[in-house]
Amino acid sequence: MSAVFSIVRRDLLLVMRRKSEVLTALFFFVVVTSLFPLGIGSDAALLRKIAPGVIWVAALLSTLLGLHRMFAADYLDGTLEQLALSPRPMVLFVAGKILAHWIVCGLPLVLLAPIIGIQFDLDINSLYVLMGTLLLGTPVLSLLGSIGAALTLGVRGASVLLSLLILPLYIPVLIFGAGAVYANSVGLDTSGHFSLLGALLILALAFVPWVSSAAVKIAIE
Amino acid sequence: MIDNISPASRNLDYVLEARGLTCVRGERLLFSDLHVRLSSGNCLHVRGENGVGKTSLLRLLTGLSKPEAGEVLWCNELITANPLAYHRALLFSGHRDALKDDLTTLENIQMYATLDDVPLTQDKALSALWRFGLRGREDLPVHCLSAGQKRRVIMARMLTRQAKLWILDEPFNALDIHAVGELQNLIAEHLQYGGLVVLTSHQEINIPNVQVFDL
Repeated sequence: MSAVFSIVRRDLLLVMRRKSEVLTALFFFVVVTSLFPLGIGSDAALLRKIAPGVIWVAALLSTLLGLHRMFAADYLDGTLEQLALSPRPMVLFVAGKILAHWIVCGLPLVLLAPIIGIQFDLDINSLYVLMGTLLLGTPVLSLLGSIGAALTLGVRGASVLLSLLILPLYIPVLIFGAGAVYANSVGLDTSGHFSLLGALLILALAFVPWVSSAAVKIAIE
Repeated sequence: MIDNISPASRNLDYVLEARGLTCVRGERLLFSDLHVRLSSGNCLHVRGENGVGKTSLLRLLTGLSKPEAGEVLWCNELITANPLAYHRALLFSGHRDALKDDLTTLENIQMYATLDDVPLTQDKALSALWRFGLRGREDLPVHCLSAGQKRRVIMARMLTRQAKLWILDEPFNALDIHAVGELQNLIAEHLQYGGLVVLTSHQEINIPNVQVFDL
């Protein structure tokens, strides 16, 4: 476990030293979601209806913005080789890097969501559901994204390829995440959506670190 | 640290052996059926023209890449059989510094100690840095250092890593004459305590127990 935390600590420290990269993604999320109410106008009913979809799509895209950096810097300066040659299992380091990515790129979205939601005239109950879906969904985004980030290491035009690889995999998360908020707003039961998001998260947690660490090992060979 | 190794552990003989290694890069056969045997207290100096496969050989020995044919053994056991145990005994230093530019020299050393699961007190880390002339630069971010100074940080890591086998790709690059001497001393000291070193270099090196291997 200490291997996971040592890499999380290191990655967070590196982010603190170079804040701009992370802030760009968060700023993107805030700006894009704020543009919709401005563009559509004051039709509150319409805004409430599109809110879940808009917020979730913005969350997907802003996660995607920072994704290629998950392994790229460590790959370029040779740190990834050193991690692969460490006496600790590579899969723990990869899990740590995914966790660090979520803390930096996913968690702030969960915390920002209520503020964004207010712009779309969401009621307090919908805001809770929105935060809940993001809390379950954003870790899945970081996990699935790590596969793409690892597979595109050292590839030219990696970020475009990454989007093409990963966005289709994000579709289930988007459907159930936005679907839960919409279902709640029309008075339907949301437990099914939450169960499916939870299942996706558990499934991703169980398999993705191994898949990503295998992909990283191929990249540094 | 090297000085902590008890005399008893010196008697244990470590052996790195490569049998029938074949390396193919792209379409080109770099070398085939290559045999290497290195035991405790010895240094293997790999020489050869640019592009002849020195770095490829070193990466095969670390297990980072897989050979087309042949096998690498550490203490008579395949390195793929128990990679984590092999990694504990191994320090690899490649072309790239593998240092984090935004972290200070001290943080880099401490970071590697935690990642490599080696106990390291702050005093020991500092004295390792000071030994290689980085006194006063402990709290400088690595991007402020010159190429030679970065290599000195790596030397400090070599000192604190507690590895038996050092595999060093061009360790003398970018070092001034004084630092070259210091690195040779460090390697000689490591060999004296029963360590093994495999290195590539285009310069003549002045270390006892060196076997030259021409690729």
